[in-house]
Amino acid sequence: MRQVTHCRLNMGFLRLSLIILLAFSTSLSAQEGDPAKGKSLFNANCAACHQLDKKMTGPALRNIEERIANDAGLDREWIYAWIHNSAGVIKSGDAYANKIYNEYGQTAMTAFPQLSNKDIDDILAYTAQKKEEPAPAAAQPATTGNQNQDGFAISNDLILGALGILFLLLAIGLYMVNKTLRRFAAVKGIDLPETQRTPLWKAFAQNQFLVLVTVIFLLLSSAYFVYGYLMQIGVDQGYQPVQPIHFSHKIHAGDNAIDCKYCHSSARVSKTSGIPSLNVCMNCHKSIYEYKGETSLEYSKEFYDGEIKKLYAAAGWDDANQQYTGESTPVKWVRIHNLPDFVYFNHSQHVTVAGVECQTCHGPVQEMEIVQQFAPLTMGWCIDCHRTTNVKMKDNGYYKKIHEELSKKYGVDELTEAQMGGLECGKCHY
Amino acid sequence: MSSNKKYWKSVEELNENSSIVEALKQNEFVEEIPTDEFLGNKDSLRASSTTRRDFLKYVGFSTAAVSLAACEGPVIKSIPYVVQPEEIIPGVANYYATTIADGYDFASVLVKTREGRPIKIERNTLALANGGANARVNASILGLYDSLRVQNPKKEGSVISWDELDTDVINKLNSLKESGKEIVLLTQTFASPSTSRLIAEFKEQYGNVRHVVYDAVSESSTLDAYQAKYGERALPNYDFSKAETIVSIGADFLGDWQGGGFDSGYSKSRIPQNGKMSRHIQFESNMSLTGANADKRVPLTPSEQKIALAKLYSYVVGGSVTGNLPEAVEEAVKKAASQLKRAGSKGVVVTGIQDFNAQTVVLEINEYLNSKVFDKATPIKSRQGSDKAVMTLVADMKAGKVGAIIMNGVNPLYTLPNASDFAEGLKNTELSVAFSMKEDETSAEAQYIAATPHYLESWGDAEIKKGHFGLTQPTIRPLFNTRQFQETLLKWIGKDISYHDYIKDTWGTSILNGNPFNQALHDGVFVGAIATETEDTTTASNEGEAETPSGDAARALAASAKSAPLELTLYTKIGMGDGQQANNPWLQEFPDPITRTSWDNYLTISKFDADALNLENKHVSNGALNGSYANVTVNGVTLKVPVIIQPGQAKGSVGLALGYGRTSGLKDEMKTGVNAYKLYQNFDNIQDVTVELTFGEHEFACVQLQNTMVGRGDIIKETTLEIFNTEHKEHWNEKEGVSYDHNEIATTDKNADIWLGYDTSIGHHFNLSIDLNACTGCGACVIACHSENNVPVVGKEEVRKFRDMHWLRIDRYYSSNDTFKQEQEDLENLPAFEPYTRIETQSYDNPEVAFQPVMCQHCNHAPCETVCPVAATSHSRQGQNHMAYNRCVGTRYCANNCPYKVRRFNWFLYNENDEFDYYMNDDLGRMVLNPDVVVRSRGVMEKCSMCIQKTQKTILDAKRDGREVKDGEFQTACSAACNNGAMVFGDVNNKDSKIVEKVQDDRMYHLLESVGTKPNVMYQVKVKNTTES
Repeated sequence: MRQVTHCRLNMGFLRLSLIILLAFSTSLSAQEGDPAKGKSLFNANCAACHQLDKKMTGPALRNIEERIANDAGLDREWIYAWIHNSAGVIKSGDAYANKIYNEYGQTAMTAFPQLSNKDIDDILAYTAQKKEEPAPAAAQPATTGNQNQDGFAISNDLILGALGILFLLLAIGLYMVNKTLRRFAAVKGIDLPETQRTPLWKAFAQNQFLVLVTVIFLLLSSAYFVYGYLMQIGVDQGYQPVQPIHFSHKIHAGDNAIDCKYCHSSARVSKTSGIPSLNVCMNCHKSIYEYKGETSLEYSKEFYDGEIKKLYAAAGWDDANQQYTGESTPVKWVRIHNLPDFVYFNHSQHVTVAGVECQTCHGPVQEMEIVQQFAPLTMGWCIDCHRTTNVKMKDNGYYKKIHEELSKKYGVDELTEAQMGGLECGKCHY
Repeated sequence: MSSNKKYWKSVEELNENSSIVEALKQNEFVEEIPTDEFLGNKDSLRASSTTRRDFLKYVGFSTAAVSLAACEGPVIKSIPYVVQPEEIIPGVANYYATTIADGYDFASVLVKTREGRPIKIERNTLALANGGANARVNASILGLYDSLRVQNPKKEGSVISWDELDTDVINKLNSLKESGKEIVLLTQTFASPSTSRLIAEFKEQYGNVRHVVYDAVSESSTLDAYQAKYGERALPNYDFSKAETIVSIGADFLGDWQGGGFDSGYSKSRIPQNGKMSRHIQFESNMSLTGANADKRVPLTPSEQKIALAKLYSYVVGGSVTGNLPEAVEEAVKKAASQLKRAGSKGVVVTGIQDFNAQTVVLEINEYLNSKVFDKATPIKSRQGSDKAVMTLVADMKAGKVGAIIMNGVNPLYTLPNASDFAEGLKNTELSVAFSMKEDETSAEAQYIAATPHYLESWGDAEIKKGHFGLTQPTIRPLFNTRQFQETLLKWIGKDISYHDYIKDTWGTSILNGNPFNQALHDGVFVGAIATETEDTTTASNEGEAETPSGDAARALAASAKSAPLELTLYTKIGMGDGQQANNPWLQEFPDPITRTSWDNYLTISKFDADALNLENKHVSNGALNGSYANVTVNGVTLKVPVIIQPGQAKGSVGLALGYGRTSGLKDEMKTGVNAYKLYQNFDNIQDVTVELTFGEHEFACVQLQNTMVGRGDIIKETTLEIFNTEHKEHWNEKEGVSYDHNEIATTDKNADIWLGYDTSIGHHFNLSIDLNACTGCGACVIACHSENNVPVVGKEEVRKFRDMHWLRIDRYYSSNDTFKQEQEDLENLPAFEPYTRIETQSYDNPEVAFQPVMCQHCNHAPCETVCPVAATSHSRQGQNHMAYNRCVGTRYCANNCPYKVRRFNWFLYNENDEFDYYMNDDLGRMVLNPDVVVRSRGVMEKCSMCIQKTQKTILDAKRDGREVKDGEFQTACSAACNNGAMVFGDVNNKDSKIVEKVQDDRMYHLLESVGTKPNVMYQVKVKNTTES
């Protein structure tokens, strides 16, 4: 926990310094537009197809005005015209406009008549800003927290050690007392009776009852452990394989709060939840080419960007030229949740009909950097849920009649899946 | 007191001179154990590199390796699409309508695909006029995943590219065009408007082109007769649903006669409604599926059939014919004639005699009767072959007149009786190209093999019946480097257009008449305007037509009937057909509905003739059937064929199935039977034959050895139409009681029950009704069940041990007497022990036959559930008897306690096991498996689940939509596959459903009702129309 707050503090500093830097650079620029306003306009209108420093659907826009002026000798008026109605400019036979049009696969830029010249000035001011050099990461390893934790552990050891010493002292004390008393006895001439003690093991062996009890105890406890061992065979709870692409559910489902079923769409209608095909990834990742969120030592920005590159390689996306190469390689994901062949499980039954949250079975996936099997996926686990969960029957025409009859039979209003017949073998095994 | 009694262990010991007994006194085995064979040769033993020590090392290592490997769970990869096709959702099935037209089977079907791979063929209910999907069509999906398909075009055995093939062939064709030598296209019947147009264009391009259509099993004489009378080369179509009296002379119209597909109409007329049903009289020599379903069956040799047909003509139409028939037969013909006349336009005559005159006579009788059953508006186009043209071609090829031969869909080196002539002719041609999916007998001999795709990977169209069109569309991308015949022809005539566009063009200009192509493609079927148009004209011309036919044909027919001591009728089995699908393990293991024998063809012979020729069938110690071999000689061609003694086979006749004995392009396991095409001389299915006993004993894989019900009345209940109409249902559908305190009580009595009831009144409660009147025993349901439920193929040896895995079997029972009732009375009256053998032997002459599909009866009080020690089989509220395979430990108690013997035990692992090298043993074949049903492993029991995966899916669909399930939505694989409406499945708690009617029907009964199992499967009493006039 401490580590996290520390990180956030760092981020806070970063942001503060960024703002200060930005403020300075604004004052330095000699444009008449307002870059801050321009930024928000840019994000609202342009960012779908343009980035400042990277060619996307449209060209990179950093210093665009200057570049146009240098390349084609065009002024701001031309830019106004282009943004207000690019198709018109192309039609008018403007050489530069047609060049751009052809260069970008003959996709015309959407017209933005709603942007006033002032707005465009603001945007241009924003684009004319100097590129931010990423501030040297103030990556001070957060060791203090760790130390604290370690200290805590040590203190535990200390107490234990102290206790141990105490016991040792006690034992020594007792021994000394015994020895002193014997010496006193010897001095006083008292004859201590020498008892013939049988050794402990012999006494134990002679006590048949004790032997029996011990044997039974040993047998029972070993049976317990053997049973425990056998029952965990094939149960892969916590299975967390390394995937060919490090896909962070934490970033997607957690930080960005993407609905599970956006990617796993077949969970609504099919027995399988479906691993999204790469074209689904590319829906977003065509424009998200780098990671901008929180990082840590293990998972740096470079690391995440590398993983996005892996996606591009698999999908056959040429990021530099913004086009598909057609050379794709399917990704061989490692399947985490494996039900045996003899079990039939249908996602749509649970997701669509019953409205069960994905997290009920899959755990807090939105917090998992690497997904792991959350539930044991044993039959007992399934049955437990079927016994206790009420079936969502409301407003479902299918259940109307059955609900009426069954609730009369069992004398309850809410029915569990077990009462619906969900514990019958053949419902899942065929 | 010592006794002189001699105790003996085997019959052999009673024979005092037996050397075996003497030998056994000294030795454990009669024969020496051949240890010397492998231990005698010391040199080779020494030379062997594997020493005992090595062997132990290997054993130790592999044991350790296996146990180590078992510790680690497997890593399962999951590979999604890169770009997921819009229409595919993993886990959800898509259906495509398409059409099979392989030259033998023509039908409109639906193809179920999962994740882009076809896994099942279903009926296309929009296209019932095009004939239903029979067992072969259902099984044809396995052909797609056949591991022995030709995967690339080949030139003389080595792989070449399509470009090479195209260049070679086009050059050759052009040079032939210049030299003026003939180019021949030898093809199957396509019945395809687009292909016809394409071939016409091909002819135009290359000039001297001859197109010969060749049907392996010829219907040529019927085509000729129809053409002579009606001017169109087609087969007459019959709609038996309109029939009141059906007289068939040697026509197996419930089998493959005229391409099949008549069974659904027939079944409609067979269900008694308002006290009426059709009457069906069959004259035939082999016991066919049709004869088995007839009300009256008269066994007759083929030559007698001709006379019978001629006489029938004379009795119905008039005129006189010469010829002698046995008195009883003569009487039967007379009665048939009078019934036909009485039925008038609702009567119909059909014949399977491949003779121009016979077919003409039939057309004339039907014309005379003005039969409504005879559907002149929509003749069948699925056979176009001409025997004469094929014969001429073979002669021309032999004479070296043919420059190039291009074949598609035919296998003449297998199917021609004079295959050697064809082989010789093939060598004389300058170019031979075989379009084929297999390296079969013919394509292996051709210069080029042009690898063709399966019909599920192709485009196509077919006009199955006049005006009834079907479209073929690919349901999967071609698995191999194949190109279909039409696509290639387009290339060869230099047209740069895909066959898909070509079809679209043809349909747009001449078929669709403005209707949208995509709709036709979606439906898979299109009924053209032509069908209705011609109907108008024919009905108009009918009225004017009143002339009496001359009767020449009948006289000629009678004169042509020459009897021989023994006449052979070649037929096709509903399982194997013409033999195209011989590499299909489902069809090989499919038991013939009549003989119940799988993996074989055989000579069927009457008991009388068999006794005369010393041919015998016997049951050997492991309970299986063995039979003698016979040498069958036709015109100097001799085949060694195993013999089955067939009850009901006409004396003086024998039968043999075509389609077996393939030798190339198929796995060794499938090389079964003998090639009867060698006897199919002059394309005549009737041949004079001599049969003699020869050495050896054949081992059959027959799944039913007990032929009669030995008088047990509650297996198949049967009655006559007369009794059905006049008597109360208790008389003909008697419910047997059970004895309680020495009194008979009904099985419904609570004292008759040792089980506690289940409450099945809430939710769904599934029942299945099987109408024994509508069921013809065709077996489409059996294959559909295999396909849906991943039922494994076990092979001939295992079937012989009765380890077949069929979840659904169709029992066939013979009855020696007119009714089963009589049989029961006999049992009571005859002395003890005698009746059983007598009944079995009595049934040999002319038995009545009944079919009964039996699957798990899903008893409400299931004996199997009670005895399972691990509760692996249990009951559900929906009426299904569940079987949890993973829980089963394989005690087989359940199977032993099942009164219906429907449980199957996995004696072996049938998938990924080289010992069972069928479709489940290769990656390609396993693609057909249904992913919703588990593939069972060794040592577990399995059985019919009443397609719980299908009922559960239907329920889930309704839940997702938030609606109730409609009647008709619930289906099992078998009920969905039944073309005849014999199987009705549904929810009895839905009071409006069709199944409720069936439950309340007077004809309803349960199998072995007195056992008290209260099954959820019910049967409808079989009613036979025995009304003689």
